[in-house]
Amino acid sequence: MLKFIKHTMDTIVGIEIFPIISFLIFFSFFIGLLIYVKRLSKSHVETMGALPFESEENSSTSKPNSND
Amino acid sequence: MKLEKFYYDNQIVKLFAYATILWAVVGMLVGLYAAFSLVYPGLSMGIEYTTFGRIRPLHTNAIIFAFVGNGIFTGVYYSLQRLLKARMWSDKLSKINFWGWQLIIVAAAISLPLGLTTSKEYAELEWPIDIAIALIWVVFGWNMMMTIIKRRERHLYVAIWFYIATFVTVAVLHIVNSFELPISFMKSYSWYAGVQDALVQWWYGHNAVAFFLTTPYLGLMYYFIPKAANRPVYSYRLSIIHFWALIFLYIWAGPHHLLYTSLPDWAQSLGTVFSIMLIAPSWGGMLNGLLTLRGAWDKVRENPVLKFMVVAVTAYGMSTFEGPMLSIKSINAISHFTDWTIAHVHIGGLGWNGFLTFGMLYWLIPKMWQTKLHSIKLANVHFWLGTLGIVFYALPLYWAGFTQWAMWQEFSKDGFLVYGNFLETVTQILPMYFMRAIGGTLYLTGTIVMIYNLRVTIKQGSFQKEEAAEAPALEGEYTGPKEHWHRPIERKPVQLLILSLVVILIGGAIEMVPTFLVKSNIPTISSVKPYTPLELHGRDVYIQEGCNNCHSQMVRPFRYETERYGEYSKAGEFVYDHPFLWGSKRTGPDLHRVGGKYPDSWHYNHMIEPDRMSPNSIMPVYGFLIDHNVDTSTTVAKINAMRTLGVPYPEGYELIANDDVKAQQMQIVESLRGDEIEADPNTELVALIAYLQRLGTDIAMADESKTAEKQ
Repeated sequence: MLKFIKHTMDTIVGIEIFPIISFLIFFSFFIGLLIYVKRLSKSHVETMGALPFESEENSSTSKPNSND
Repeated sequence: MKLEKFYYDNQIVKLFAYATILWAVVGMLVGLYAAFSLVYPGLSMGIEYTTFGRIRPLHTNAIIFAFVGNGIFTGVYYSLQRLLKARMWSDKLSKINFWGWQLIIVAAAISLPLGLTTSKEYAELEWPIDIAIALIWVVFGWNMMMTIIKRRERHLYVAIWFYIATFVTVAVLHIVNSFELPISFMKSYSWYAGVQDALVQWWYGHNAVAFFLTTPYLGLMYYFIPKAANRPVYSYRLSIIHFWALIFLYIWAGPHHLLYTSLPDWAQSLGTVFSIMLIAPSWGGMLNGLLTLRGAWDKVRENPVLKFMVVAVTAYGMSTFEGPMLSIKSINAISHFTDWTIAHVHIGGLGWNGFLTFGMLYWLIPKMWQTKLHSIKLANVHFWLGTLGIVFYALPLYWAGFTQWAMWQEFSKDGFLVYGNFLETVTQILPMYFMRAIGGTLYLTGTIVMIYNLRVTIKQGSFQKEEAAEAPALEGEYTGPKEHWHRPIERKPVQLLILSLVVILIGGAIEMVPTFLVKSNIPTISSVKPYTPLELHGRDVYIQEGCNNCHSQMVRPFRYETERYGEYSKAGEFVYDHPFLWGSKRTGPDLHRVGGKYPDSWHYNHMIEPDRMSPNSIMPVYGFLIDHNVDTSTTVAKINAMRTLGVPYPEGYELIANDDVKAQQMQIVESLRGDEIEADPNTELVALIAYLQRLGTDIAMADESKTAEKQ
């Protein structure tokens, strides 16, 4: 079983930089994303959320079965 | 602020909606046939076009690209126009998109049963159709991007981000995975070989799930759930995180389809890690969809549209929890090659894609025909038939998957496999296969109820081809107060497109570059030699018949697999395999070590009448293979193509290759004669036997010490 799990890339010079770079890209991307989302203004977020409803002539209810 | 008057194009939405419904029925019928043919293998009647191996790709392609594909276009063409307050940029492009896509589907429906296939899952279509897909996809994207650029609404709603990412990523996936070398009209060889081909294929395959079945439908979810519930999405902030995290993570997850295979271990781990992380954005998205309904659950009780959508999003949540679990190696050891995988994808397909599509149609059609849905009661009947269908489909298959795995790995006290005969583990689960087919029948019945309901609705309504609307034109440049740096990207669709592209390319590159650049990733095995020309022809028969839909060629490094099949598969054994044929499901036993296991006559008889060699076998009858001859005029092209791809056939070998074909044919005919079988040497069956007898034999001759990784 163990013969299967070989450290294929151990022999390659400088290979350890590879996972480190991956991790850094990954980590900074998500930290950046979180900071960005945190800093969004409330009004902007509300505007964006309301986009599907804007300027609909009949924005009351669009249910096929509304009986209220 | 001058208001501009314009019209939404409902005609194109109607066309796509009709196509969605048509292909839903076709795709499900084909699936139903496939399901029943596993229980009643006689259904194929000995005809070549109806064997499971040829029908299964037809079912998957019909559901993914015909049913869900048209569903995507239906929802996108409807919501995009309204979110941008603009008609589609070009009616002509919309029409080309529609008719082109349907023609591609028809081409697939004709070519797949004819056995014209590349064998790569969900990318089975041959090269001319691949080119057509790329062109039509670009037409769709071009029309969409131009509509976005000419919009009247400054902000791009999150649904549109999902549409853009879908367009970009599917284009990249499709083009990279379709690198193939044509040798004739409708026949090509994959550019990649063995482990590399597997890696590219599953990078594509998993991301087809991600960017064809998931991201566009999440876009639809973000539009249609708020519309149907008449309230904005629960958290817009969450939807931003959902979007970026999802497209960033998904692209890395492909290798989880190759756990315990010959793929380098580091790549497997990468797939596992990223798949587990995917729970976060997926569940964030699911909760965002469900929480949109907070305070509106009373509406869910009476509104079938919301019922369908709630179950769809719940099924999405189940699938995206199960997926990461299946990416854990020890769990994957159970699910891989068994029916657990089939159950898992159908929770996604039937639950998430199917139900969201139905919900969308129940909402859209009354709206476009300016009427009410004909019958809420019938919609509820459909809902329950569909839900029961999913339950009756999935549960038996979970059971079957576990049962079969448990039987595969059971050893007796003396250290022998308890179920040494693979077939025993198949007959054990046939009742489950039957139940699954019943589940599928229920689901299809529900769909037919929906069609009736929508037809009456359409009859009583009046279709509004052009829907009038007005909005002020968008002024050129934004001249508001100072704003956040990211805001322009949202407003500039092209930048959003490029950013999405960068994000998905990062994952793709990190996953693939090392495997392609670093030679030591695939240790060479000196005894592995290229296929003989006859074996190459036989391999093409294997591909044509879709044998890889039921038979894997990948012995995993478990004691219960090496006991059953022989030495586990090494990466170096596949270096000449264009395309790779590892398979992903074992409805029949693994074939990677089948070479030399049985005499030629056994294979001959088994193909003509599987039942005679293995009583109760569910393999279709392949007697027609003796009616077809191998086309030896293609030998030259095949050898040349393989040499172009790096298989070391000597220069000029293609000119004498057919002599080797004849010699090897005569060998097999002689050995068959020894067992009192008179065979015609030119048949496809003889070529197939040559290939099967070659499988896995190279390594037997190998000196074990040479297989060790060196450098």
